[in-house]
Amino acid sequence: MRKVAIIGVGLTKFGELWDVSFRRMITEAGARAIEDAGIDGKQIGAMYVGNMSAGQFVRQEHIASLIADQAGLTPIPCTRVEAACASGGLALRQAMISVASGIHDIVVAAGIEKMTDVLTEQTTEALATAADQEWEAFVGTTFPGLYALMARRHMYEFGTTEEQLAKVAVKNHHNACFNPCAQYQMEITVEDVLNSSPVNTPLKLLDCSPITDGAACVILAPADKAREFTDTPILIAGTGQASDTISLHDRPTLTGLAAAKKAAELAYDMAGVGPNDIDLAEVHDCFTIAEIMAIEDLGFCKKGDGGKVTEQGETAIGGRIPINTSGGLKGKGHPVGATGIAQAVEITQQLRGEAGKRQVNGAEIGLTHNVGGSGGTVVVHVLRRGD
Amino acid sequence: MEVGIVGYGVYIPRYRLKVEETAKIWGADAERIKRGLFLEEKSVPGPDEDAATIAVEAARNAVKRAGINPQDIGAIYVGSESHPYAVKPTATIVAEAIEATPDLTAADFEFACKAGTAGIQTCMGMVGSGMIKYGMAIGTDTAQGAPGDPLEYTAAAGGGAVIVGKGGDQILATIDDTYSYTTDTPDFWRREMRPYPKHGGRFTGKPAYFKHVLSAAHGLLRKLQLTPKDFTYVVFHQPNGKFPLQAGKELGFTKEQIMPGLITPKIGNTYSGASMIGLAAVLDQAKLGDRILVVSFGSGAGSDAFSITVKEGIETKRDAAPKVADYINRKVNIDYATYTKFRQLLVR
Amino acid sequence: MAVPRFWREIPNRYNLIGTKCGNCNKVFFPPRYICPGCRRIGKLEPYKLNGKGKIISFTITHVAPNGFEDQAPYALAIIELDEGPCLTAQLTDCDPNQVKIGDRVEMAFRRMGQDGEDGAIYYGYKARLV
Repeated sequence: MRKVAIIGVGLTKFGELWDVSFRRMITEAGARAIEDAGIDGKQIGAMYVGNMSAGQFVRQEHIASLIADQAGLTPIPCTRVEAACASGGLALRQAMISVASGIHDIVVAAGIEKMTDVLTEQTTEALATAADQEWEAFVGTTFPGLYALMARRHMYEFGTTEEQLAKVAVKNHHNACFNPCAQYQMEITVEDVLNSSPVNTPLKLLDCSPITDGAACVILAPADKAREFTDTPILIAGTGQASDTISLHDRPTLTGLAAAKKAAELAYDMAGVGPNDIDLAEVHDCFTIAEIMAIEDLGFCKKGDGGKVTEQGETAIGGRIPINTSGGLKGKGHPVGATGIAQAVEITQQLRGEAGKRQVNGAEIGLTHNVGGSGGTVVVHVLRRGD
Repeated sequence: MEVGIVGYGVYIPRYRLKVEETAKIWGADAERIKRGLFLEEKSVPGPDEDAATIAVEAARNAVKRAGINPQDIGAIYVGSESHPYAVKPTATIVAEAIEATPDLTAADFEFACKAGTAGIQTCMGMVGSGMIKYGMAIGTDTAQGAPGDPLEYTAAAGGGAVIVGKGGDQILATIDDTYSYTTDTPDFWRREMRPYPKHGGRFTGKPAYFKHVLSAAHGLLRKLQLTPKDFTYVVFHQPNGKFPLQAGKELGFTKEQIMPGLITPKIGNTYSGASMIGLAAVLDQAKLGDRILVVSFGSGAGSDAFSITVKEGIETKRDAAPKVADYINRKVNIDYATYTKFRQLLVR
Repeated sequence: MAVPRFWREIPNRYNLIGTKCGNCNKVFFPPRYICPGCRRIGKLEPYKLNGKGKIISFTITHVAPNGFEDQAPYALAIIELDEGPCLTAQLTDCDPNQVKIGDRVEMAFRRMGQDGEDGAIYYGYKARLV
């Protein structure tokens, strides 16, 4: 099995992109990545695209064909990958496997979601299809509801506070101020979060990631050829994926994601590293509680200490284990299918030393953590500066 | 044909709207209305309740009290003026929810407030003739009172269920006989596709309620050669708290015989549920040997009278499910605005 | 929700019929068709749960999904049933602010929604405090 490296990255601005269509977003992200890699489009052997709900948002299925077509890259194989909010991470993994196997050489892993063409209620309904339709959605559950159930139990078992949850949002908004592609570039305070309108107690509006349009793209190549294209190849040292019950109520615990622990274990194992070797991570903060559980699941702190560790600043850019330097889903935005790829873009830029004011000094090994739904699918990647 | 009641159950939603709340909106004198109707407040169904959910709760309570296998129920009849569907029976929803399907017959009845007792008579015939082992009759309603109409003070929600079976140690009371008095009298009606009923004002009194209730009562007493003194209790259909007291007085019953079955003052007129819940309230306290006269009334018009004698089965079965008093005491008062939201008068 | 899809689950939604594995005796609600533990040697049969349990987490929903707006704010809970499995249900007939982890509940038959004014009415279970 060959080693695989990232040789180019690109992404659109994330936000409410009224003027930009689904097709234009993907071609824009793709063009930037190809430019960054310094390759000719004709060298691309295959594409994998993560997207959760083009059917519900823009009434378009068969987007694999649409994207290959719009990119001008037919007849190469293009595959659409779906795992709710983990679609992007899963596309990256599938792309990596296709290069590692030797079947393809240069492969695109992209992600895209166009969420704002429909009304907010329709967006929320589309997102809720990541939950169990018969036994969660049917009884009045929403996405924030599921994470709120986890938050309340986490508070009950470990004493995590609403202020600690708020600190995740404050940190991520702060980080996003240094990210020109982020949806939001504004600081917020703990009071702002606590006073924002309740969505599903204990989660309030500012505990929740926004609705966003955006696309992101990375180009993969076999590691032993990567230096033909770039001086800073970033190795995908480890990949891990795990599944869990689709319903939250079918799990033995509500305060952590077993699939995240498992996926991380597999990725760490493949990369030959442990949590203490990780210099920074992009985790799936769809809601503030999700980041707190993520850092516990990934082994960056003890179970139950996620809130405390955040409060003490250990996850800030200058801290022990910087989390979501890009602004995370909360500050950068969460175009569902694109998020997993955007996480890889951030880690790549950090490991290359190109992260500007967000830079974590001396970053060598990074991690991405991408969750589908309430944890039914989790994909974790460990990235390392190539030699 | 000895048939009797094997089980009974009721359900009343927990929300209440006081007369004062409605009177305030329309600028009326609440005290005068309370005195005139002899009624304090009415029950209001929650936003996730309807005549079917109420029927299911009552039916489940009845099955609990009866202690029978629901698969032995051969017929279910649900009477209501507020069936959730105009076409698609409530009875099959109930049948499924008490696991009585598929070996049974079912249908919905309509006869204004006496649709439930009409169902009892049908079950009596089917059980007595040996066609079925047990039959269930339910009266349930989430009645609508037009805003500003006097009926708004009384139109309430609730339901009662009775399981009829053959005489023997299963029954908690025998239904000794029944007699009905029926004419074409348009005192109160609702046209197809119209949201609210209309009524003939004072015409709903003497020529309607009183004529049929008194005639049915006389008819049954004559048939059985009994007098009011032979009864421990009497339960009338109760559109307000006053009519039953008046009817009882004219027939020669005492207040003590009437009051235990008079529940409208506390929960309003539950329409098809009213006589059934009144009967249940009496069964909740009656003793072996007590005789109960039940006279329902449905506009349009007709009255069903029943003579019921309590057996010892009642002592063991009574406590198996919540009593009428339990539901009456379980309450939360709401204001008129919340009432309009619950009753879908305020739609987004 | 399409009529056949709703109709198929009526016994499960109305009467809490789940499944039980004849091999390991584990009870599942919502029903499962493969026992994850026993797999091919598992023998799943219908099994009726009694509808009683306790709350292990809850949230008060302020921003409700389509069809539930008129009931907001309402409490939504994950309930551990006495027989073992957990389900998610809305709390009815209660002040959502009174709900606590550990509260005992029972399932009640309630109207869950409808397919528009002209469509089918969905019934199912909601929890109430006992």
